[in-house]
Amino acid sequence: MRSGVIAKKLGMTRLFMDDGRQVPVTVLQMENVQVVAQRTEERDGYSAVQLGAGAAKAKRTSKSMRGHFAAAKVEPKRKIAEFRVAPENLIAVGEEITADHYFAGQYVDVSGTSIGKGFAGGMKRHNFGGLRASHGVSVSHRSHGSTGQCQEPGRVFKGKKMAGHMGSVRVTTQNLEVVKTDADRGLIMVKGAVPGSKGGWVTIKDAVKKATPENVILPAALRSAAAEAAKAAAEAAAAAEAEAKAAEEAAAAEAAAAQEAALKEAEASIEADKADDAAPEGDEK
Amino acid sequence: MNIIEQLEAEQIAELGKEIPDFQAGDTVRVGYKVTEGTRSRVQNYEGVCIGRNGGKGIGASFTVRKISFGEGVERVFPLHSPNIDNITVVRRGKVRRSKLYYLRDRRGKSARIAEKTNYKPLDDE
Repeated sequence: MRSGVIAKKLGMTRLFMDDGRQVPVTVLQMENVQVVAQRTEERDGYSAVQLGAGAAKAKRTSKSMRGHFAAAKVEPKRKIAEFRVAPENLIAVGEEITADHYFAGQYVDVSGTSIGKGFAGGMKRHNFGGLRASHGVSVSHRSHGSTGQCQEPGRVFKGKKMAGHMGSVRVTTQNLEVVKTDADRGLIMVKGAVPGSKGGWVTIKDAVKKATPENVILPAALRSAAAEAAKAAAEAAAAAEAEAKAAEEAAAAEAAAAQEAALKEAEASIEADKADDAAPEGDEK
Repeated sequence: MNIIEQLEAEQIAELGKEIPDFQAGDTVRVGYKVTEGTRSRVQNYEGVCIGRNGGKGIGASFTVRKISFGEGVERVFPLHSPNIDNITVVRRGKVRRSKLYYLRDRRGKSARIAEKTNYKPLDDE
């Protein structure tokens, strides 16, 4: 089990595929997602990483949280969340996770706080049918109907679906397909809707109801690893270039030498021809 | 410009569609790519544009109405769809509404639209 990430919901748009299909996507942005703390089996009894995202002003961060961020040597974060991970997938404190953490075609679960609807009736909240439009119904067309039986049991059962507060709770949408990622801007685009309003924080995890793909990056797609890879690639490219240059030079030298040799040979043969013409013992030269 | 708008602008640029200047009331011919089995061809659909929706975004669309075999047919095209091969303006109409839904209730002579005589092409920005 590897870590998830924290992201901000930016809004929805659509993507046109090459075959003309339109895919509705929600754009999620990862802003400076860094590991703030670790939870280990020995100390805490479970293993997890605590991630922080976004940027908060230091003066608006409580003193205790400032100390917590200072201990991790990271900037104050706006949003913090913990993700359970397998002990071997723990990430070092201060590491930054990039949007390459997910790849196009992968399935993820996205959790967020749904938009609050306030006090909602049964029809909106639980999809009740309401009462009839006519046949003697007055005033209560959108009411729920009966809430129970008779003198026995004489009470309303606990958990009975009724009108009440709706929304503003944590909701998880499962099995959303990742359509596109953009590591430079930290964007993840998932197909379909995601709970919450624009600008709300959500957490993204690998889909629990799908087998984990083999090509996920373990423990996570880290900025440092990417930088290292880029550096290595640059070095390799430089080395390759140097090698190519050297090879070219060698080839040029060889060619020059060959040319020279050919020239010499030609000269020699000319000389020889001359010598031959002059005297037969000219061969000794 | 926020990131969503930026993404949409990028995608529009990437699709590289040439969209003529047209509006409600104009008669347009839309070449729409149709795939039949493995073969694909361009099917033309010509009629009056009775409205444009979605502004300048990637989700913009327009509705084209025509009378086909005596039956009114309306078709909504996504403006930036890769399936649209071309859009040509056949005739520019003079109208005073942005949505010509009133044409749905009209037939024949009353459903005509006068041609615009003073059309000025937009300066390309």
